Amino acid sequence: MTPITRLVGLAASTTLVLGLAACSVEEEAPAGTATEDAAVDETSDDTTETSDDAAGTGDASSPAPAAAEGDGTLVLYSGRNEELVQPVLDAFTDETGIAVEVRYGDTAAMAAQLLEEGDNSPAEVFLAQDAGALGAVAREGLLGELPAETLDLVPDTYESAQGDWVGLTGRSRVLVYNKEAVSEDELPETVAELTEPAWTGRVGIAPTNASFQSFVTALRVLEGDDAAAQWLDGLAANDPQVRERNGMIVADVDSGAIDAGLVNHYYLYELADEQGVPADDLNAALHFFPAGDAGALVNISGIGLVGEQADAEGQALVDYLLSEAGQTYFVEETHEYPMIEGVGTPAGLPALDELETPEIDLNDLDDLQRTIEMITEAGLL
Amino acid sequence: MATAVALIPLVYLVLRTGQGGLGAWLETVATERTARLATTSLLLAVVVTAACLLIGVGAAWLVTRSNTPGRRALAVLMALPLAVPSYVAAFTWVSVADLWTTDPGTRFEGFVAASVVLTLYTYPYVYLPVAVALVRVDPAQEEVARSLGRGPLHTLLTVTLPQVRPAIAGGALLAVLYVLADFGAVSILRLDTFTRAVFTAFSAGFNRQGALTLATLLVLVTVLVLTVEGRTRRAGARFSGTHVTRPARAADLGVWRWAGSAALAAVLLAALGVPALSLVRWMTSGTSGADAVGRLWDAAAGSLTASLLGALLTMLLALPVGILAARHPGRLSRALERAAYLAHSLPGVVVGLSLVFFGVTVALPLYQTTWLLALGYATLFLPLGVGAVASAAAQAPPSLEEAASALGRSPAEVFRRVTLPLTLPGIGAGAALVFLTAMKELPATLLLRPTGMDTLATRLWSATAIGRYAEAAPYALVLVALAAVPTWLIVRRSGILPAAGEREPLRPVRIDETGATDLLEGVKA
Repeated sequence: MTPITRLVGLAASTTLVLGLAACSVEEEAPAGTATEDAAVDETSDDTTETSDDAAGTGDASSPAPAAAEGDGTLVLYSGRNEELVQPVLDAFTDETGIAVEVRYGDTAAMAAQLLEEGDNSPAEVFLAQDAGALGAVAREGLLGELPAETLDLVPDTYESAQGDWVGLTGRSRVLVYNKEAVSEDELPETVAELTEPAWTGRVGIAPTNASFQSFVTALRVLEGDDAAAQWLDGLAANDPQVRERNGMIVADVDSGAIDAGLVNHYYLYELADEQGVPADDLNAALHFFPAGDAGALVNISGIGLVGEQADAEGQALVDYLLSEAGQTYFVEETHEYPMIEGVGTPAGLPALDELETPEIDLNDLDDLQRTIEMITEAGLL
Repeated sequence: MATAVALIPLVYLVLRTGQGGLGAWLETVATERTARLATTSLLLAVVVTAACLLIGVGAAWLVTRSNTPGRRALAVLMALPLAVPSYVAAFTWVSVADLWTTDPGTRFEGFVAASVVLTLYTYPYVYLPVAVALVRVDPAQEEVARSLGRGPLHTLLTVTLPQVRPAIAGGALLAVLYVLADFGAVSILRLDTFTRAVFTAFSAGFNRQGALTLATLLVLVTVLVLTVEGRTRRAGARFSGTHVTRPARAADLGVWRWAGSAALAAVLLAALGVPALSLVRWMTSGTSGADAVGRLWDAAAGSLTASLLGALLTMLLALPVGILAARHPGRLSRALERAAYLAHSLPGVVVGLSLVFFGVTVALPLYQTTWLLALGYATLFLPLGVGAVASAAAQAPPSLEEAASALGRSPAEVFRRVTLPLTLPGIGAGAALVFLTAMKELPATLLLRPTGMDTLATRLWSATAIGRYAEAAPYALVLVALAAVPTWLIVRRSGILPAAGEREPLRPVRIDETGATDLLEGVKA
């Protein structure tokens, strides 16, 4: 028995080593070609599927990429998920011939990484999940100024006052609710109602999430710190259902585990995609807060150019993502609101200008520190 | 030199938090919240470690010293939870628990939940070294104790366990540090610990200074833990003079032996069954699964390359530190060995950032290459390697080396021809442990990997982040399966599992029994 088990062990480890050798050879293939192949594959079939080649494009063994000098390659740090952005990047490569090396990560950790890298950053472009991260990097002077033509495309509310980042897509805060558990006339007019006894134990929140924190900051800006603190205390006392992520809230609302939750609007579509059904067939539905309530804040995912640009390729990417083609992709595939005019609205959603969003400039939402303290003091973090 | 790698994060922390000055540091540190975090973290570490000791030592004794049915298979299986990343474990536990609770008020989260989950996936850190030590302990002393009329339990407590005390203490130390550094489980189970606070400070408000200040406190807590452990180690130092390989006689537990099997099986069912159930549900209920197939190979290759390189580098650095600690015990070697543990309790994101800093300022050509990622793994997991080497070196009799030098061999030759071969099993076990731990690592991997490279852990993260659970399940399964291979190798090499022939003397063999039944006996056992 022993010799046999030894043999099996040996065989297993040999396969391991051989497999490794094989893969490291594969990995050393030039990155550029792999990306182009992937891009070609991509366009032929449906755009939601990212090709596996694109995923493995990594030239794992090549050193940090040097700053491109019109060299046809662009290094992008993406705090947004690969699944959601890779197809539009492939389309960009297809259109311009500029290959994009993408580093995917968590937006917050990536911001910390950019700050740590400083002037030595290999990144040329930073694509972030929220305005806060862009602001944190911009404050250290790491983002270059964008040209007026770019800034003119996007409403002032959704771009940096200093002109160093712009919004790419808009996402509205909503109340997601279970159609069976919450009747239409029960839907709240304002987030303040959620602290009332009628909603005890029924509302899901994700306080560790940047989107919740931006919303609380908006509440502070609109109604003052005292009112916001009071609201947080009221919510905390109303037995809220705390989850780590927005997606978990939507899933729990759909399954009926909780009745409603404060989330961003597009998570409903992620759930519908995973279940393979149209969003209308879910038990969960979206309620947009009316009359400029803080609960209807529209936040953005955005983009900025990192450091001195050696060439115009980074700007080319920004231009593409803000073009009709780029914006249409986000409207159709990620169900987010476009930042430029004339692209339309995600199917099944009210148009951005029909939303009764609060009068807030995203630049006023940069005091996250105090927001965090307040959420912590309320016992929700 | 080798230990310097483990000190990179410390230098980084001092530099970064030093910018604010001592006043700012104190202001961040001396708060009520910090005190609460410290209490929660330490309490969690104590509770989990106590539970790990109970399960780990109990299981080790049952599989090596008793006639518990199925102990051969159990000996391997009990180590397997080590292959499950804590974030996968916690996530799957929550989704299984949600199946049974309809009342939202009774969600599976908080201190108890975190203790249960962390215990189930941390106890192998105790189980493995203790089982190995039990196999190697000279049973003669126990036999003497028994023959002098001491009961089995009394013998276990007063003779057997004290002999394996260094192994118990070493395992407990790893468990404590693992709990202090863990982020995956506590974030999903929503328990506010130091590590979670560090992560929250980064993601909420991008407060790097605050995050790193909290991390320095974790280092101080680790120093405290190391000091306590150092004391027990000195007090418990006992080395068997002879080096027998004679197996101990299995204690006959009577009908209770079934209870032993049942208890171990229950632990396994909880630790492995719950994630398995969850993953199967994800795979069958979602529609994104097809996307995983094409990416699986690339991700697995990325995981294997990075982890293997990480394991090699770690062992290369661990070898001198471990041998020095075992062969030349002294103030300096102790300090070096202890220092290797300091980075082990730091959250991956802090270690990751410190290497970003190191890469950008000192080693720019290496930045965002697999090499720097491997160095990151070495920084994080050096103690796992040092521990394995040191214990293997301690068990190899120095008299052999002395004999070799007496016969005229140069120190280099003695090392190459005597010391190295003797510590090789320890090096192998250490490498396997580092390899599988590196496979599970996520936050530092995200920060340090070459742009575009994916590992199973990063894929898993990416898929779960947008609710594509059907796609996530295959990554999780392959990750656990790949991590199970080194786990199995560790058990195999450790000697916990003697081969059939060697096991015979465990039971008194009657002379009239045939060889065939003996063999069968061995197989069944």
